[in-house]
Amino acid sequence: VTNTETVLKELMLQGLAGDASAHARLLGSLSGFLRAYFGRRLGSDAADAEDLVQETLLAIHLKRDTYDQRQPFSPWAYAIARYKLLDHFRRRGVRRTVPLEDAGVLLAAENAEEGAVRRDLAKLLAELPERHSALVRDVKLTGYSIDEAAQRQGVTPGAAKVSIHRSLQRLARKARQ
Amino acid sequence: MRTDDLIQTLAADATPVRAVTIAPRLAGVTLIVAAFWAAMLASWLGLGPATAAANGWFWMKVGYSFALALAGLVATAQLARPGGRLGAAGWIALAAIAVIAMMAMRETMSAGPRQMASLWLGQTWSICPVRIVVTAAPIFVAGLWLLRRAAPTRLALAGAGAGLFAGAAGATIYAFYCQESTAAFVLAWYTLGIAICAAIGALVGSRLLRW
Repeated sequence: VTNTETVLKELMLQGLAGDASAHARLLGSLSGFLRAYFGRRLGSDAADAEDLVQETLLAIHLKRDTYDQRQPFSPWAYAIARYKLLDHFRRRGVRRTVPLEDAGVLLAAENAEEGAVRRDLAKLLAELPERHSALVRDVKLTGYSIDEAAQRQGVTPGAAKVSIHRSLQRLARKARQ
Repeated sequence: MRTDDLIQTLAADATPVRAVTIAPRLAGVTLIVAAFWAAMLASWLGLGPATAAANGWFWMKVGYSFALALAGLVATAQLARPGGRLGAAGWIALAAIAVIAMMAMRETMSAGPRQMASLWLGQTWSICPVRIVVTAAPIFVAGLWLLRRAAPTRLALAGAGAGLFAGAAGATIYAFYCQESTAAFVLAWYTLGIAICAAIGALVGSRLLRW
């Protein structure tokens, strides 16, 4: 969690300075954490969870001038996520309390099931050749754009796209076995 | 819209951003309002800074309301940010109230039973809280406006902070035109006027500050 905090804060600071790619990566990683956080608290309402993810990302973007750079990043992001969740319940007319947790829950957003999925995914990815798995990991998990990931691996964007597509097909086949 | 597309759209909009500053702006607005009231109150209530500042009790009133205003300013600036807490503001406010309450108690102990009414009610008890609320109104509007542009996550508390600041800043301004001279009066009626502002702030805040 601490490590994630460091990475996210760094991305946030770069984004605040006007670095669009860092900002995209920040929002990309956050969307994963937010999806898990809202998913756990909304239960079966997957569509609502995705709406909330988008709403929260938008709020994080629009209100990013309220982030105090001397403070850690995750409590700020967590407060926005929790506020949006409470707001969602209020609009629905549901009287629900949302416990005020340590901000770490946002980054540790991983329940037992998700943990298992992640482990399975890591196992599957390990069976791919290194360069292909690195591309999948960069684009689908870390949130790099295809162009950036291609540059990191030293291939053309077109080749990266094809590689990711094939890798995903292969993973899907393997997962079904 | 897919979440990935949203992220790309937002990233394209990632212009450099400067952090919001609540406290300096709110303080600036308050100075403007103070200048405005200086012109208005002089003709409305007659008294002015020159006459008032000559008295020791004037500083007691200003000190009390200024300390509460400081608490309100800290609270508003803190609570304007996601995850913001009351922090030191609560302690500053409590300390100010404790000091003025001790002074009021001393006055009450040393006063005879016949002086009680003038000690606690003065000449203007019925209008003082109203005047404080009126003086505070423009500052309160400015505070809410600044909060709306920020991102408070505890709306009622943030509204109450803005109300506390507006009420106490209004009381500080009003103190220049108020002729009451006892801590008992200040404890009862200044505090009431300021508390009304904070309560209005909490009520209004939980609705108007949603984002």
